[in-house]
Amino acid sequence: MSLIKDGRIVADPWRHVDDEAPLPATGGIIVSLARWQAERSALIARRAPLGVRLSSADRAEDIAGDLDRFDVIALEFPAFKDGRAYSTARLLRQRYQYAGELRAVGEVLRDQLPLMARCGFDAFEYVGKTAAEEALEAFAEIDVVYQAAADRRPHAAALRAGRPSSPQT
Amino acid sequence: MYQYDTIDQKLVDQRVAQFRDQVRRRLAGELTEDEFKPLRLMNGLYLQLHAYMLRIAVPYGTLSSRQMRTLADIARRYDKGYGHFTTRQNLQFNWPKLEDTPDILAELAKAQMHALQTSGNCIRNITADQYAGAAADEVEDPRITAEVIRQWSTLHPEFSFLPRKFKIAVTGSARDRVAARVHDIGIVIKRNDAGELGYQIMVGGGLGRTPMVGATVREFLPRRHLLSYLEAILRVFNLAGRRDNLYKARIKILVHDLGAEEFTRQVEAEWAAMGQEPVDLPSGELERIASFFAPPAFETLSAVDGDFARQQLEDPGFAQWARTNLARHKQPGYAIVNISLKPIGGIPGDITAEQMEAVAGLAERFSFDEIRATHEQNLVLPHVRQADLYAVWQTLKDHGLDTPNLGLVSDIIACPGMDYCGLATARSIPLAQSISERFADLDRQHDIGELKIKISGCINACGHHHVGHIGLLGVDRRGEEYYQITLGGSAEADAAIGGIVGPAIPYDRVVDAIETIIETYIDLRADGEGFLETYRRVGKEPFRENLYVPH
Repeated sequence: MSLIKDGRIVADPWRHVDDEAPLPATGGIIVSLARWQAERSALIARRAPLGVRLSSADRAEDIAGDLDRFDVIALEFPAFKDGRAYSTARLLRQRYQYAGELRAVGEVLRDQLPLMARCGFDAFEYVGKTAAEEALEAFAEIDVVYQAAADRRPHAAALRAGRPSSPQT
Repeated sequence: MYQYDTIDQKLVDQRVAQFRDQVRRRLAGELTEDEFKPLRLMNGLYLQLHAYMLRIAVPYGTLSSRQMRTLADIARRYDKGYGHFTTRQNLQFNWPKLEDTPDILAELAKAQMHALQTSGNCIRNITADQYAGAAADEVEDPRITAEVIRQWSTLHPEFSFLPRKFKIAVTGSARDRVAARVHDIGIVIKRNDAGELGYQIMVGGGLGRTPMVGATVREFLPRRHLLSYLEAILRVFNLAGRRDNLYKARIKILVHDLGAEEFTRQVEAEWAAMGQEPVDLPSGELERIASFFAPPAFETLSAVDGDFARQQLEDPGFAQWARTNLARHKQPGYAIVNISLKPIGGIPGDITAEQMEAVAGLAERFSFDEIRATHEQNLVLPHVRQADLYAVWQTLKDHGLDTPNLGLVSDIIACPGMDYCGLATARSIPLAQSISERFADLDRQHDIGELKIKISGCINACGHHHVGHIGLLGVDRRGEEYYQITLGGSAEADAAIGGIVGPAIPYDRVVDAIETIIETYIDLRADGEGFLETYRRVGKEPFRENLYVPH
């Protein structure tokens, strides 16, 4: 696995902690939604960077009230064909205005990277077979977009109207 | 029709380059077939029983003569000299080589065409009324709306991995020629009491294993909200649609399980919550797209052309074709020409390169350069002057495209079936050919009247058998091909799913069974009564009795 963040391959400062494992004393950790809900006070009391991991069946609404508690939200793709996290990502970014790291985990492959980026993911636990350095090329293969999304790239209709995509409120 | 600008062109060009690299990686062994599969499917490339099949998008069924010539050229250079029009107004090539497909896509891109989203669990090619811009009963040309949706849905980042494929059809007329009620989303363009344009939105129709007629979730959606409302529907589906069972993953199952009322509530709530998120088109874009669909420069003509009337009297063959294959045009002195791709004994929807070029030539000379593909696997020249019809017919005749059987018993919809398709459990094409040959006598076809036979070679229902007046579904029974017969289906505004008439019958008895059904109808029909009306009046019993006589 390689971590791609903001279009570069970087070292991962975060640790995923299983539901059964003890909480480490220090350092940034990512826990499941269930663990966050069950051990909320203990996790806040750690006073260390915190991330939460949502399965593809979990909903953005499940954490919408707690977004300022998280530095990372990881959304799972149990299989690349399971596209629920694309919607969850857009909701977190566009509806709930989440501004921290949004990380794609699970079956994260080369040719899905640009779609994920458009939905608001900025970090990717890349597991594809193509070397991660080469996979970065996927982001630049198509630079025309036809619809407004979380990346705020000006879409075709906005370019034609001679002005950028209307700002988020 | 719509013309690409530099933005549209850049997207298809980049998409070709991207696919070229994917094919290179596959041929170099960097991608396994499993890894390559979802990538090729996104560009319409299937692996079938004998070869690859490339499905080319014909957005809302509209083609220019240049585009048709490009298809002819590809058929000759890269295939076996023919192509096949499908029930989604697309064109399939059945024999391309994998290594040629990037070049084929590059040829298409030069003619402003592509194969995007003709497969995969995404929003598929948008279909629209083949009589768009020509129909007398039209509120507005549906291609404007269809092009808006085509652009919005192209490489939509959120909706490229839906639970299942997603099909949208648009009609601008109350007479439903697109089977809107059996689509994932069916859109009917309407005017409200204030005279404003908007949309009736139906969701959850579909065929396949579980045929259903769609439910109306909005009677009238103001047109400026179209894309945000579609996005709300797709988002509810993407998050809540079933992913545990391939056969229960279409939106119709979600609508059915939640109930139309609850589904509608969820869509409306999602739509309301979108608030300020910019999804709908900026002002000016709809008008820009609409300008491409402005009516062509029609001449002012009298309602009935004198020569046309005389030619029909003089030439009975022409008169017969004119009676079946023409439809009323909104502009006086013009007609809509239907070109049957169902010659007696032929393969429904197949067309040779030479025929494509003949149609392209006719469109250029006589129909403002426009051709349409229909979901019933025929072609249309939408705007022909009555005075030119005789010349058009003669050229069609020279190329074997003059079969006067539109809407008749030999105008059969059939999926490719076991002759090509890896999913099929039975043959469709040879059955369509045999039925067509049995009823080859055109006088008999005319006496029978409008009759829609639709054949699917498996439960996936690509041949729309559920909505055929007579539907045939091929099933495999211990290695033998059997066919289940349904009666009374309709894909139009009175949409209905056909009822199974009795036990499935073996392949070699199907044509006789069709004849028995038709003879039963003829015995029972009242004056001027069509097959569907008769069936609805008498029910399935009389048909069943005649079909299943003890031997």
